[in-house]
Amino acid sequence: MKAIESLKEKFSDKIISHDSFAGQDFITAKKECLKDMAVFLRDELHFDFLSDLTCVDYKGYPGRENAPRFETVYHFYSHKTKERISLKFPIEETSPNIDSLTGLWLAANWYEREVYDMYGIHFTGHPDLRRILMYEEFKGHPLRKDYPLKARQPRIPHED
Amino acid sequence: MGLETIFGNSFLTSRVDEAVNWARKYSFFQYPFVTACCGMEFMSVWASTYDIARFGAEFPRFSPRQADVLFVVGTVNEKLAPSLKRVYDQMAEPKWVVSFGVCATSGGFYDNYATVQGIDKIIPVDVYIPGCPPRPQAILDALIKLQEKVSKETVLKYKGLK
Repeated sequence: MKAIESLKEKFSDKIISHDSFAGQDFITAKKECLKDMAVFLRDELHFDFLSDLTCVDYKGYPGRENAPRFETVYHFYSHKTKERISLKFPIEETSPNIDSLTGLWLAANWYEREVYDMYGIHFTGHPDLRRILMYEEFKGHPLRKDYPLKARQPRIPHED
Repeated sequence: MGLETIFGNSFLTSRVDEAVNWARKYSFFQYPFVTACCGMEFMSVWASTYDIARFGAEFPRFSPRQADVLFVVGTVNEKLAPSLKRVYDQMAEPKWVVSFGVCATSGGFYDNYATVQGIDKIIPVDVYIPGCPPRPQAILDALIKLQEKVSKETVLKYKGLK
C-alpha cells in the first residue's frame, strides 16, 4: 500500500485534501496532527529522510482569499521504499505557529530556523529558534509578501 | 634639471611624487575580498594567460594590514558590510579600492533586502569595473586606470598637507 493510502486511512478526519501529480503525492492536513503524522511516517512507513521543509505565503494569491495565509510544506523520502510524499499544513496569519520536528529529524533544526527567519512562523518546541540567514537586528521577515520590495534597513556596526 | 649636466650619468633628478608614485603603482599588494562568482575571472587574471604579474600586482596579501589595494570581488550583503568596513579600516595608507563587477558596484540584479546596493555606500572606491562578471581584459584595464590615478597623486596628501 502506498504511503498516501495509509495516511488517508489513519488520519481521515484530519486530512483537508490530497492530490497526486507526476507520480508525487501531496496531502494537506490540519496543523494539529503534524507530529502524529510525522511519527507515523517515520516509524511505521519508514520515511527516514526529511529532504526539505519550507513555507509558502499565499497572501493575494488568486482563489485563496479566504484560505489561511501560510502553508508549511514538508517533503519526506524513504530510503527503504524509495517513496516520496509531501505534507502541507495551512497556518493562519493570526497564530503563525506549528510544532517543531527537531525532535524527530535533526535536519529540521536549520530548516525551521530558515522558515522562521524568512516567514516568521514560530516552531513550538524548537531548541534554538534564532534567525539563520539575516542578522539579529533585522526587523520583519523578508519573504513575506507584504515585506516592501525596496525596503532597506539601518546598517549594522561591526561586532568583535 | 641642471644637476645631471654636472654629475654626468651617475645622477638622476626627479620630484618625490614621481619617484614614490612610480614605485607604488608597479608594486600593488592586493587584498582579494572575494565573495562570489566574479572570483573565477579574478583567478584567471592571476593565472598565466592574462598574467597580472606583468603589471606588478600579482602578489595577494591575506592580511589587510599588508595590502595596498582592496579588490572587492562579488556581492556584498548587509550582514557582511561591517566586515568589509573593518577590512578597509585595517589597511594602512596609502590604500585604494577596486569595485569588481556589477554586484560590488551597484548591487547588480540583487536589488533586494539583503544586498548592499554598491560598496561605495560603505567605503570609498577608486575604480569600478562593470560586467557580470567582468572579462579579464576589463580587470587589467581597471588596474592600468588605477596606476594612472596613483601616478597623479601627491605624497603630501597622506601627510594631511594637501
